[in-house]
Amino acid sequence: MISHQAVEQAAYDIMTKAAIDIPEDYLGGIKEMVTTEKAQLSCFVLQSMVENWEAASEDRRPMCADTGLPRYYVKVGNDARIEGGFVALERALRSATARATHDVPLRPNRVHPLWRTDHNNNVGINAPEIDWSFEPDADWIDITTVHKGGLFGTDYRMLFPGDGIDGIKRFYLDTLIAFGKRGLACQPAIVGVGLGGSKDTSMVLGKQAACLRIVGDRNPDEKIAALELELTDIGNNIGMGPMGFVGSSMVVDCHIEVGYTHTGGMPMSVHTFCLSSRRATARLHADGTVAFRTDPKWFTPYMRRESIEWSTSKDSLSKSV
Amino acid sequence: MVDEQRQPQQVRVKIPSLREDLEGLTPGTVVYLDGVVYTAREGVYKKVLDEGAPLPLDLPAVSDANFHCSPAAAREPDGRYNVGGVTATASFRFSQWMPQWFEKSGARIIIGKGGMSADDYRNLFVPAGAVYLTTVGYGTGALLGRGIKRVRDVFWLEELGIAQAMWVFEVENFGPFLVDSDLQGNSLFEQHTRQINARLGEVYAGLGPPALGRFGETDDRSDELV
Ligand code: SF4
Repeated sequence: MISHQAVEQAAYDIMTKAAIDIPEDYLGGIKEMVTTEKAQLSCFVLQSMVENWEAASEDRRPMCADTGLPRYYVKVGNDARIEGGFVALERALRSATARATHDVPLRPNRVHPLWRTDHNNNVGINAPEIDWSFEPDADWIDITTVHKGGLFGTDYRMLFPGDGIDGIKRFYLDTLIAFGKRGLACQPAIVGVGLGGSKDTSMVLGKQAACLRIVGDRNPDEKIAALELELTDIGNNIGMGPMGFVGSSMVVDCHIEVGYTHTGGMPMSVHTFCLSSRRATARLHADGTVAFRTDPKWFTPYMRRESIEWSTSKDSLSKSV
Repeated sequence: MVDEQRQPQQVRVKIPSLREDLEGLTPGTVVYLDGVVYTAREGVYKKVLDEGAPLPLDLPAVSDANFHCSPAAAREPDGRYNVGGVTATASFRFSQWMPQWFEKSGARIIIGKGGMSADDYRNLFVPAGAVYLTTVGYGTGALLGRGIKRVRDVFWLEELGIAQAMWVFEVENFGPFLVDSDLQGNSLFEQHTRQINARLGEVYAGLGPPALGRFGETDDRSDELV
């Protein structure tokens, strides 16, 4: 049985870690870009960001004052038991959000869309969002928090099968260029592309592809993996870098996730996870222990299953442990 | 042509600023500030300019540097404020208030995210003798947080909330910022965007138009959305 206090504490801890410590994979990607970026000003911006993350970790202060929208992704093992059930878990996540908002501190970003009411704790109607997924043959719960920034950098479009891969490339470029100017997207970013599903699914998949997969991770479908690398390259050859300055550092990595879609359509979304790619995960085991990491391991073989059955629990676990 | 080989030049500027200090700034100069900086964005602009509320402090004398930002701040039990970081917000939305604000506040340095349009610089900033500094990245919240030595005051906190309140910070070596617009209205963003736009045709080469267009769609990728 996993206690709701343990959930609350772990959720609070990952909020703090996400806000302060840049994930290693993303930091590695930016450091790599410092060595490849030839444009002086773009390179200066990248170096300043590295200094900023060092300052954040040293001083234990948030890396960016714009908290973005703090939210949670929860993966529940099929055999996990939670004290008080799912309602208690959701309550614990809301309470942890409020506590972390005061203590880190995080900027209270969440307001009512019309009345602009601010509870000063990042909690409100439908906030924080909590997305759920499940994992067979497991008794743990994974809680991931993401503080994705940005009023900018995301777009959706209904494409059609006839638009083909070229259509995907074009819309991808459109989004990067539109929001890359003046650096509105706070690039270089991890770019997530959602393809297929219903319209809302394509948005959700693209967001999760950007925020829940790490730099260097490849889609298990080889051709999609090749497209991920090609899109990364295309993004870095626009001629644009951080802040929209001349440069070659735009996309740290590109992740594509797909969902079966309407036979006549190819909905597509593009999401950019900004210079503050804030994510942190806690795994709560049935015995009460907690392990922290920065790789959410959200897209398990079970998540990507194609048919009624899925790959064996052993394959699945080795991928997701 | 954007000069790529030059190391960015770095300067420190005291606030309130001296005209000669501002005259030395050119697009791309890296700036660190010392003195007092305050935040004002739509909440404060509406309050003072639209509703006519008096300025709560003698702005021209204390500070002429208006930061478009909201801090990540929390009030401690002893009444002090804990400011973790500060990050700018995109400035282009505020141009409607700038002319009156320059007049009322005496601001000469506007700090924010992403700059304003070249027209705004020519029509609003140059006549006011003001420069625009952009934050770097833009996520340098922790570095900027380090530069804040003390919260000197905060106004309209209850009424406008943490994000929109007017915060007055004492700062030291506060930066880095980059000069976007100098006193002549030359814009760093404009220079860079022009150079990038020149190659966009090549970037899109061979990619046909989508099957279904969109209302309001432009095919001119050198257009900006701001
Ligand atoms: S987009 Fe990201 S880096 Fe940029 S201001 Fe928002 S949270 Fe910070």
